[in-house]
Amino acid sequence: MAGSGTATGSAPAVRGGTASRRGGVLVRILIRLGVFLASLLVASLIIFWVCNALPGNVAQAMLGQSADPAAVRALEEQLGLNRPFFVRYGEWIGGMLTGDMGTSYLTHQQVGVQIAEKFGVTAWLVGFAMVLALLIAVPVGTFAALRRRHWAGFVTSGLSQLGLAIPAFWAGIMAVWLFGVWLRWFPANGYVPLTEDPAQWLAHLVLPVCSLALVQSAVLVRYVRSATIEVLSEDYYRTARAVGWREIPALLRHGLRNASLSVVTVLGLQLTTLLVGAIVIEQVFALPGLGSLLLQAVAQRDLVMVQGTVLVLVLAVLLVNFLVDLSYLLLDPRLRERR
Amino acid sequence: MSLLEVRNLSVAFGRRPPTLTGIDFTIDAGARVGLIGQSGSGKSVTALAVMGLLPEYATATGSIRLGGTELIGRPDALFAPMRGNDLSMVFQEPMTALDPTMKVGRQVAEVVRLHRKSSREQARALTLDMLEQVDLPDPEQVYDAFAHQLSGGQRQRVVLAMALINQPDLVICDEPTTALDVTVQQQVLRVLRHNLDAVGAACLFITHDLAVLSQVCDQVLVMLDGAIVEAGELKSVFTDPQHPYTRGLLATARLDQVAPGSRLPTVADFYRRPERTPGTEVAG
Repeated sequence: MAGSGTATGSAPAVRGGTASRRGGVLVRILIRLGVFLASLLVASLIIFWVCNALPGNVAQAMLGQSADPAAVRALEEQLGLNRPFFVRYGEWIGGMLTGDMGTSYLTHQQVGVQIAEKFGVTAWLVGFAMVLALLIAVPVGTFAALRRRHWAGFVTSGLSQLGLAIPAFWAGIMAVWLFGVWLRWFPANGYVPLTEDPAQWLAHLVLPVCSLALVQSAVLVRYVRSATIEVLSEDYYRTARAVGWREIPALLRHGLRNASLSVVTVLGLQLTTLLVGAIVIEQVFALPGLGSLLLQAVAQRDLVMVQGTVLVLVLAVLLVNFLVDLSYLLLDPRLRERR
Repeated sequence: MSLLEVRNLSVAFGRRPPTLTGIDFTIDAGARVGLIGQSGSGKSVTALAVMGLLPEYATATGSIRLGGTELIGRPDALFAPMRGNDLSMVFQEPMTALDPTMKVGRQVAEVVRLHRKSSREQARALTLDMLEQVDLPDPEQVYDAFAHQLSGGQRQRVVLAMALINQPDLVICDEPTTALDVTVQQQVLRVLRHNLDAVGAACLFITHDLAVLSQVCDQVLVMLDGAIVEAGELKSVFTDPQHPYTRGLLATARLDQVAPGSRLPTVADFYRRPERTPGTEVAG
């Protein structure tokens, strides 16, 4: 007991009870959800508009450049291409909501079935690459921050700068040449579904995942480094050191969560580059993913397929950014309160 | 033998001329020593040097002994277990001193668990007890609060609890009340004094506020430009200052002796830094 019990009267009680915190969280989640849905709507409009405003229509492509204009017009009518923009958009979105993404005019395949088939390949590729990039970037970035005034830190930062300059496709080609053709450690290209042979599935993913992750981790190292340097200058880090934590444990216990706030933001933004990288890498390693599907569809002017694929990619990006927004609530208790 | 013996301590940052030169002082067990001086005089650097928390590009030379153990050059693996246990520190800024993402009770409890073998429940019980010791109302509620849910005074009490819970021999306080308003300042100082007594800890109290100094300390060190210019019992220094800078500091605090409307005294009226000849500063 302190000398007297009177002096505590002026101290305010703890702010923000549990109840108000929960309400705040719910409101925030609903706002984020609204933003997510609105972005998706706008994105779908833009995708549909761009795909339909492009020169060179499907009917022309199907019948060939030298086709009779009357026949082209007849086919347009048959496909419903001459109806107003919003009617066709509504039809597309309506179908989407019931799980029908349309049918390709060219291959007469269900777009939804095609995308579902290829989606797994890209998802594994990007997912593994993201995880691997983090596994590399967090320790390396932390090291570079802790030793930033030391030659080892300089070298690490320098190497990550160098990594930034490497395009993913070049890393991929080098990996194919070195590990696939020369050393023969891993298959140089192709894909085996997980359900068929898990060991072969993994073996086929190693090189593409590594080439994609290498470049990503170079970017992330820089963000982890600067986030860690910021934490190192924070008062709470100094407090942690003053109560007896050594450098690394102090960082892990009190720095990681705070630093991850900014790293997670970058992670969400990086997903876009990662997907673009995946499209390229799928070409290099002949993986049957969404990227290959998209490039093929673009080359064939298979607009229904392009629309569907791009929408799925956009959905993935928006969804991940929605999850990033939610993770802030998990990471930072200050955001959980109603203001 | 004194608890803390600082001999000929010099600190330099990088290749710049030394920030501290030839610092000598001792603190006996249980003593309250105030360290005053203006901003930039090297008070905080002295504290960080004792804590072994100077940035890596700083070099400290001389000797700092705590209970006979030499701290300068002590590897972090051996020094870290002493921090928070044998000596601890309270910083100036309570608003940012706590991890914003961890409940404050856990932050205090982990200081116990870091240094003592104790179960989660034991650490929690000790923490709740300590939170009560530093006069926090409703310790259970504070334990589960995040830093942003507490006021500045409450946060500084939590930091005090962290610094005191392992009953260290020496607590260094670096302007612990400067960021608080005056009424809260008084409460925190009272809690500090009370708990220093309870633990029997010595205290190195850094401040530039003479009123605060006189409430906590019985000895005083006066620092100027990285050197200690005067040291002694609080009473004798306050009544009979030897160094002109100390005389100036004391005079500026005597606002009751200023005639209304007249110019306030400044330290410069009593003490002027020796002129430095151009070119000699760089050589340091």
